Amino acid sequence: MIRALLTAFGLVVVLALTLACFGVSVGPGLQLLAEGAFGDKFAVARTLVKATPLLLTALGMTVAWKTGVYNIGGEGQYIVGAVFAAAIGKLLLPTPPGPIWTVLMLIAGIIGGASYAALAGWLFVRRGVEIVISTILLNFIAIQFLGWAVEGPLKEKAGQVPQTDSIPDSAMLVKFDRQMDLHAGVVLALLAAVAVYLLMYRTRLGFLMRVTGDNRRAARANQIPADRLQVVAMAISGGLCGLAGGVQYLGIVGRLGTTFPEQWGFLGIPVALLGGFHPLGVIPAVVYFGALFAGSDQLSRFTPAGTSLVYVIQAVAVLGFVAMSTAKWRWRKSVVGAESNS
Amino acid sequence: MALEKIRCGGRIELVNLLRYAVPLVLASTGETVGQKSGVINIGLEGCLMVGAYAAMAITLDTKNPFLGCLAGILAGLVLSLLFAWFTVWRSQDQVVVGTAINLLATGLTLALFQSRFGQSGSLLSLPSLPQFGGKWDVVMLIVPLLVFLAWATISKTTWGLALRAAGEAPKAVEAAGFSALKLRTQGLAVSGALGGLAGAYLTVGLTGSYAPGITAGRGFVAIAMVTFGRWRPFWVAMATLLVGFADSLQYELQAAGLPVPYQFLKALPYVVALTVLIIVGSGKDVPQSLGQPFRRNS
Repeated sequence: MIRALLTAFGLVVVLALTLACFGVSVGPGLQLLAEGAFGDKFAVARTLVKATPLLLTALGMTVAWKTGVYNIGGEGQYIVGAVFAAAIGKLLLPTPPGPIWTVLMLIAGIIGGASYAALAGWLFVRRGVEIVISTILLNFIAIQFLGWAVEGPLKEKAGQVPQTDSIPDSAMLVKFDRQMDLHAGVVLALLAAVAVYLLMYRTRLGFLMRVTGDNRRAARANQIPADRLQVVAMAISGGLCGLAGGVQYLGIVGRLGTTFPEQWGFLGIPVALLGGFHPLGVIPAVVYFGALFAGSDQLSRFTPAGTSLVYVIQAVAVLGFVAMSTAKWRWRKSVVGAESNS
Repeated sequence: MALEKIRCGGRIELVNLLRYAVPLVLASTGETVGQKSGVINIGLEGCLMVGAYAAMAITLDTKNPFLGCLAGILAGLVLSLLFAWFTVWRSQDQVVVGTAINLLATGLTLALFQSRFGQSGSLLSLPSLPQFGGKWDVVMLIVPLLVFLAWATISKTTWGLALRAAGEAPKAVEAAGFSALKLRTQGLAVSGALGGLAGAYLTVGLTGSYAPGITAGRGFVAIAMVTFGRWRPFWVAMATLLVGFADSLQYELQAAGLPVPYQFLKALPYVVALTVLIIVGSGKDVPQSLGQPFRRNS
């Protein structure tokens, strides 16, 4: 708890310092940010909309990293999830659109992301292909997969533009207010956070996964099937990232194009870290960064510093956090090979 | 990626292909040296970004692309030393710190760009490196030399032996009187400097322009190609050439109207790389302590 408060305090300090470095006067800068993020109900909605995909990918990272697999392929899993959702959307075209579409498409997103990540997990435990490397490669492959899908089989019927047809409104995630982008995905993401918490801290499977993440060799010595657990962890992680892709697709954009990837998969890593790799701990971290993204839009109207500010703050915060917690990081034992831990 | 330049009268010119491959070869050669010392510089993409930005800024100010290259090298070097301080000297996680370094570079370069040129996303033209004999320039000539140097240093010198040992068994290196921490820092410095030069070449060599996001993931490609090339500088260089070749071939295919979607071709190097990794598995080429923080007292 003290550490969480310290982190929160540190984040504000970092924010103020970064603003100062950018030549923005701290007081008014903070005020603009706060207005943009929480000023009125529209601002709050903007914050939550930004936080939604971020929460899902950060949860995905939490599950994988807690189990000792360093998934940095969130971006690829996010993309593949959305493409799977779009493919199901296309298949469903003959049927009348409705909530059942939404459900099926989101499930497709989960399956897409999960299988894509499980592939990397399987390659790691069976062939010793490092997750870090394989997920980088899979990210690039996913980008091409998206490009091919929107120019080929999923291309819109009418035009020349490489993008999918828009999803009918009735199949989109429910919006709470016509004037706002806020959609039911927020609830879904919060439910996911609770589900991940229950899984990791209240079930046997979660316990075994955490043991594996703490010390893979000890886990195996105790007859815990570390290999299988790590593949499962990758699948869950990818499923959450795929769901993030599906939620962003069905909640915000409504159609896929090559500009769909927005780095949410990558950004999940620093956010999960600042959330202490705890499924509930990531919620405040996600709100903080969602607020920064929403607030920096407001800030960019008055100062030269815009969204770029958020990346800098995120980076400085992570580095600061890492610097402070030296030697407390025992959870990363081995990246390379199955048993190469010395 | 801005590849239109590669096509010339419907035919790929070899020199253009090589020009295009220069940043990737530079970055992956540096990354090979870094990984040989036992550290995966995930922040390589960030080194390219700051290298590209610094080269642009200095070239604009001085009108001298060579000074721009120098600035790029320095910027990449500084960023990699920051990475080294966290991962080597404070034994922190390389993926986490690398991700943070990349974010930092993204934010800093974008913020600096916006504060200097406003919010416009317009492309900026720069004075380029002088070309001779067609489209050759001095960095292109240095590249093969650097690859050779990397190989020679790693496999033929005492320092290279110590560096490799730091990546295999840091404890043994320390016992032999070397500092594994210093060796790893030096390895990272090489990767950062070459990454910075790679970024600089993107702006003042390849395109003669700058826009935010110009690096387009090349740092990550370079990281993956090091594994693909089995940590051997020549193989790694060949692997990156394959990426450049497949990238440029897509325009041929489109022009020829072949039924293969060009995205398959663009994905091909990564699929091939992944397939190779699947076949060889972790293999015995990988530095045995790669990715593991080394702590002196543990």
